[in-house]
Amino acid sequence: MKEGTVAHDRPTGLMARMALALERPRVLGTLMLAPAVLYVVAFVAVPFFIAIALSVSDATVGNPQIDTFVGLDNFISVISQDAFGIALRNSLLITTLTVLILLVLATTAVELLAREFRGKRLVQVLFMIPWAMPVALSAITWLWLLDSQYSPIDWVLVQLGLLGPDGPFGPSRNMFYLGREWLAIGSVVFVDVWRTLPLATIIVLAGRLSIPRERIEQAQLDGAGFFRVLFRIIIPALAPVLTVAILFTALLVIGEMSTIALLTRGGPGHATQILPYWAYLKGINSGDLAQGAAIALFLFPVLLAAAIVALRFAYRAGRD
Amino acid sequence: MAILTTHALKKHYGRIIAVDGVDMETVDGELLAVLGPSGSGKTTLMRLVAGLEEPSSGKLYIDGHPIMGVPPRKRNIAMVFQSYALYPNMTVRDNILFPLRARKIASDEQKRQLEWVTEILEIADLLDRRPTRLSGGQSQRVALARAMVRTPDLFLFDEPLSSLDAQIRSQARGELRELHDRTRITTLYVTHDQTEALGLADRIMVMEKGIVHQIGTPQQLYYDPADTFVAGFIGDPPMNLLQLENAIIGVRPEHFHLASEAPGKEIALELEIEVEHLEFLGAEWLIYGVVRRGLPQQHQQPRVIGRLRQAAMPTIGTRETHHFVVTKEDACFFDSNTGSRLSEAKVAIA
Repeated sequence: MKEGTVAHDRPTGLMARMALALERPRVLGTLMLAPAVLYVVAFVAVPFFIAIALSVSDATVGNPQIDTFVGLDNFISVISQDAFGIALRNSLLITTLTVLILLVLATTAVELLAREFRGKRLVQVLFMIPWAMPVALSAITWLWLLDSQYSPIDWVLVQLGLLGPDGPFGPSRNMFYLGREWLAIGSVVFVDVWRTLPLATIIVLAGRLSIPRERIEQAQLDGAGFFRVLFRIIIPALAPVLTVAILFTALLVIGEMSTIALLTRGGPGHATQILPYWAYLKGINSGDLAQGAAIALFLFPVLLAAAIVALRFAYRAGRD
Repeated sequence: MAILTTHALKKHYGRIIAVDGVDMETVDGELLAVLGPSGSGKTTLMRLVAGLEEPSSGKLYIDGHPIMGVPPRKRNIAMVFQSYALYPNMTVRDNILFPLRARKIASDEQKRQLEWVTEILEIADLLDRRPTRLSGGQSQRVALARAMVRTPDLFLFDEPLSSLDAQIRSQARGELRELHDRTRITTLYVTHDQTEALGLADRIMVMEKGIVHQIGTPQQLYYDPADTFVAGFIGDPPMNLLQLENAIIGVRPEHFHLASEAPGKEIALELEIEVEHLEFLGAEWLIYGVVRRGLPQQHQQPRVIGRLRQAAMPTIGTRETHHFVVTKEDACFFDSNTGSRLSEAKVAIA
């Protein structure tokens, strides 16, 4: 009799049995995680280990077999080339400058967006446009804006009397933004900031809106002016979220090659070369897969360490 | 120490009116409780005084000087929020010193002030802690210390006890009163808890729907309510309000007397009440009943609550009907239409 009752309780239909299985956390958890795990394994882990294998082999596009182990030869060869020093410097410089400018602009933008004012919606939309704009469209826009002959910026400068035969910026009627080393790097930083500001702003805004309004009002009543409130109350409260914003934007910018590819192609010469674009030129354009992989992997240990430190800090600051 | 005055003060958000023409003046050095149900505009009033909101119309003065348009940091008003709003990134010491540093007070003066408040509030052992490591009562003391340290003209408290546990609330209430007696800083104390207001305040301002119904001492509010709202709000349980021919009569629960025990005084009302149930509250009993006879409209049989100030079992039992009387001295009369208080003479004529 007892067996009979147990059998009666057990669902018989396929759907019912599936529903029951899905109620078990182990089954449901595994099922929910599977797509993400598969994605990471297939598109992150596998390419990463192939890259490591390539970097210690002598594989080329013509002979992509990973069969000869050459040790660190590729790394040594890459480091000894002149372009490496420039690319490393540019990668670090462009990333650092971009992140620093982003921090200031994002914090300022967030202070603006955290307030109520007329036309706030419009400002929010305008802020998001660089992020939502297709890359091809923004590339055309920036190439035209920074064009060596037809740049509208130059035209405005000429009209203002700053550029041209009598202007303080020289007799030429053009700045040649992408043709001069420091102007080109500056232009790249500018475009990178323009592209990443929406992301940084959204991350920081989320943190800013989670600061209780009463805390800021309390500081005002306690006699603090705008800058004291900003530096003593708001920025300390934003510390964890700013760390995340730095980490995200830094990783985004340092691994990003499309800005350089679109604007300067690393030129003039290697003056604006960066590691990811150089890796692409070496590995794909010149067909030296092994050296390309070595360049691409060069910053990995540094970035990994920086990411771990940053995340630990953010976690600790957020918990306090 | 200062006198706060408001004149026809109004604040509306779009079509929602939060504060609807408040005229009031504090007495120098008093603790004035602003009492009202939620949504009565009491917090908005406080935020207007603090400068966190600008009034839609009307005027605000401190010691006769208009303060409209003056930013919060220039008003020298200290506020303690319900959440205490301690700065989590600073130690208790830095929290307390923040208002002094913001005002660029000399550091030896800062030290003196810090010692003074830590001694009064007995928080010397907390100074190096972070706010996240404080209990509710400790946070409250630190918030008070931060508010007191710069000797403000005016104190604003927004329900400062409501986030404390019930056990320590009455103790904290006593400490607040003691603190006020020591400092004598004019204080506005917003609360929806009448026990807090009655127990703590020199005077109470009762607000509802953005309007001030009455300002008076706790005793005035209790024995002399200005209208039916105050009568029905103050007291636990509040006044019984019964519709008479041409007025409303208000009777405190403790003012129902058995007709047999009534002293030889002028009687305002005689009711036949059926007792429904009795509630034992320790030092007193509450008697819940239904009026069966004695009111002009016979079909109306409103419920009333009486109070018996004794611990012993009452002689009257449930399901029994008794004659109760209310003396003229104890009764309050209100206008049936406006709800405002009528003088005794007027009622007598009517």
